[in-house]
Amino acid sequence: MTSQVTPYAIGTALQRLDGRSKVTGTAPYAFERVVDNATYLHPVQATIALGQITAIDTAEAEALDGVITILTHVNAPRLASTEDRELAVLQTDRVSFRGQLIGAVIADTPETARQAAGLVRISYAQWPHEAELSSERSDLYTPEAVNPSFPADTDEGDVDTAMSAAPVTLDTTYTTPLEYNNPMEPHTTVALWNDHELTLYDSTQGAHTVRTTVAPVIGLDPERIHVSAPHVGGGFGSKGIPHAHIVLAALAARTVEGRPVKFALTRQQMFSLAGHRTPTIQRVRLAADTDGRLSALAHDVVEWTSKVKEFAEQTAVPSRNVYAAPNRRTSHRLAALDVPVPSWMRAPGECPGMFGPEVAVDEMALKCGIDPVEFRARNEPDVDPETGKPFSSRHLVECLREGADRFGWHHRDPTPASRTERGWLVGTGVASSIYPTLRAVSTATIRVEAADHYRVDIGATDIGTGTWTALTQIAADALEVPVGHVDLRIGETAQPEASVAGGSTGNATWGTAIVEAARALQDTHGRPPEIGAEASGTTPNNPETERFAMFAHGAQFAEVRVHADTGEIRVPRMLGVFAAGRIINPRTAHSQFIGGMTMGLSMALHEVGVLDTRFGHVVNHDFAEYHIPTNADVGDIDATWIDEDDPYVNPMGAKGIGEIGIVGAAAAIANAAHHATGIRLRELPITPDALLR
Amino acid sequence: MRLKFTVNGRQAEADDVWEGESLLYVLRERLGLPGSKNACEQGECGSCTVRLDGVAACACLVAAGQVQDREVDTVEGLAGEDELDAVQRAFVDAGAVQCGFCTPGLLVAADDLLERCPSPSDSEIRESLAGNLCRCTGYEKIMDAVRLAADRRAEEARS
Ligand code: FES
Ligand code: FES
Repeated sequence: MTSQVTPYAIGTALQRLDGRSKVTGTAPYAFERVVDNATYLHPVQATIALGQITAIDTAEAEALDGVITILTHVNAPRLASTEDRELAVLQTDRVSFRGQLIGAVIADTPETARQAAGLVRISYAQWPHEAELSSERSDLYTPEAVNPSFPADTDEGDVDTAMSAAPVTLDTTYTTPLEYNNPMEPHTTVALWNDHELTLYDSTQGAHTVRTTVAPVIGLDPERIHVSAPHVGGGFGSKGIPHAHIVLAALAARTVEGRPVKFALTRQQMFSLAGHRTPTIQRVRLAADTDGRLSALAHDVVEWTSKVKEFAEQTAVPSRNVYAAPNRRTSHRLAALDVPVPSWMRAPGECPGMFGPEVAVDEMALKCGIDPVEFRARNEPDVDPETGKPFSSRHLVECLREGADRFGWHHRDPTPASRTERGWLVGTGVASSIYPTLRAVSTATIRVEAADHYRVDIGATDIGTGTWTALTQIAADALEVPVGHVDLRIGETAQPEASVAGGSTGNATWGTAIVEAARALQDTHGRPPEIGAEASGTTPNNPETERFAMFAHGAQFAEVRVHADTGEIRVPRMLGVFAAGRIINPRTAHSQFIGGMTMGLSMALHEVGVLDTRFGHVVNHDFAEYHIPTNADVGDIDATWIDEDDPYVNPMGAKGIGEIGIVGAAAAIANAAHHATGIRLRELPITPDALLR
Repeated sequence: MRLKFTVNGRQAEADDVWEGESLLYVLRERLGLPGSKNACEQGECGSCTVRLDGVAACACLVAAGQVQDREVDTVEGLAGEDELDAVQRAFVDAGAVQCGFCTPGLLVAADDLLERCPSPSDSEIRESLAGNLCRCTGYEKIMDAVRLAADRRAEEARS
């Protein structure tokens, strides 16, 4: 057992500490950092999907008043490493995807830079490209591992034999589309190069991640790179792995040494430069007895990656842990295409990977004539099906049952298309969610600044998740002082090295480091420690992971209304019930859960990147056409949680919550749409045309 | 051009302004008022919402030349000397702020809504704020905040 912190501040709804600066418009985001004598960068992007640059004419652009310099592969400084081909900007004449960065104009104003970028003439030799994903492709391959390091395939028992022996079976294919994170703050870097020191004001999920990623690429000692990101306008994974624009800003800054370079991607540029979620094709096979007990579960996934750099989404991984079935199989096959580089998007793996199977389970429950909540409960495993380890805590069935009660599930007539209200077909649906409880490594330092005044430093980031607030609460409890006695500083490489805000690992990792530092302070300096005393702590390995499988769980419920004549689909009600360990701050957690669920609603009904395979670019590359929900698109969405006491995960007993809210939400909506209409929807997003029959 | 207009009740001036640059750029980069955000630059997200002669507008779609001698109000003008406005307080209290990038635009839009319609229904709030995208919160807390602000303003008006 991990020695637990006694919760006083933890569990209270402390107001967001960065709230005041954000409502007054004074919280400085990357582009707003005050710099002198700024220059502005506007990139030149490739207009072909594959080929070679044969000529560049910058004469007209250079003639514009206010243009300082124009960088292309011809004159850009050489990078120290081009191993990461996404980051190796302006190093060759090769074009590997449409929208790739192939040049940069640096000018005195952004208007001038943009105008000049439009005047740069590029000639290409164009080669035939491939941008079409299909499970029929002959070049599908098995990656060595899927994100971050799971085996690509697993096979236990004999799925085929179980399928032929079972009285009830299902073999169906589901698809999820190309999706974009679209945090509200576009990716931004302000770079200043001065005397072999590089300062980056960056919009990132990890200041240290930027430093350690960029240092070998540009060939600077990491200690000479200073990254600062105190406020970040959302990320959802797209600011987790540093992208090429940061390197371009650094190269530009080196070129105009001494003058800062400001570079914010436009919304449209984000669609080729800031990562995306691969489309997925998921074949799901299930076998069950007539009581609804699964004897086989197979999840075979086809998805894409880019030829430039591999990213293999772990779509089938959740199927390894969620339900008991003696015969199980999962696989991932990739098509490497001439497309931009896919990357993390909120709950990579679990989010798309709990769509296919959770709709399949709904289909199976119906085939077996068993209520979908009950069907899931009957397939609840005693131990983690993948490793055979017990769960450190698992309350999936409790979430399902509690949610069913609160949602009014029991009044439902299971017959599809059985309820109509004033021209609207009404249905309800359910799905499970699961997300692993992981932790990374970080270091925190605590210093006694004055009597009862503790300064806590850790290079963590707050991307809207509430880090400023939650870590202050954790530090207060670890030090056994009120929150007002803690002065937390985050977001800088000047602080002790911290892990990226990703994989729902933030609080678990950073919080544990802070607890370690507090314990070290008390152990070495007594209580109360003297003024000036200082101690550091680093997140240790958790030995309990040897004994236990660790996951957060949840149940998603949705009500859907489909207009009988128009097919218009609305979601008036959603409820999520989660079991995610101890909740550090109910106020910020509630918003995180609901925000995740809303992004799941968005996945169900709105989001799809439309790739024109002839040209390799996404046609709907802005908010006018890539839709995310507006206030008027959502109804009553609520989230609640089960108090879960888990002494094994970390000293706070907290599991991550940033991602689980999105997992399963789209499946619950698709299942509800089937219940409303009798039309089974296996392809996202669900649009009115699919509901008109 | 030499641009002269009123921002948050004070006279503002900027020289060498190109008429075609956006009001958002003028505010953020020339006048040091970065509260209004740029999240799409083409009128789709509401992050840049300001009031132009009292009417809510996307600052990214207003050309600098159009604001000559007019009045602009931004999020920076909402709070009093040392007290937050009721809408700002409500956003903090209700937990309607996450990453905060949509927040300034939403505050200006909500302030505008409550001025036109002091006790809006839920559907009026949802419709009025439908032009302000938020990717973090799922809007529930924003609804709570606007309801709370409406109540508090009504209370303030009574007392
Ligand atoms: S930045 Fe003006 S509407 Fe998006
Ligand atoms: S709080 Fe992040 S976009 Fe609204």
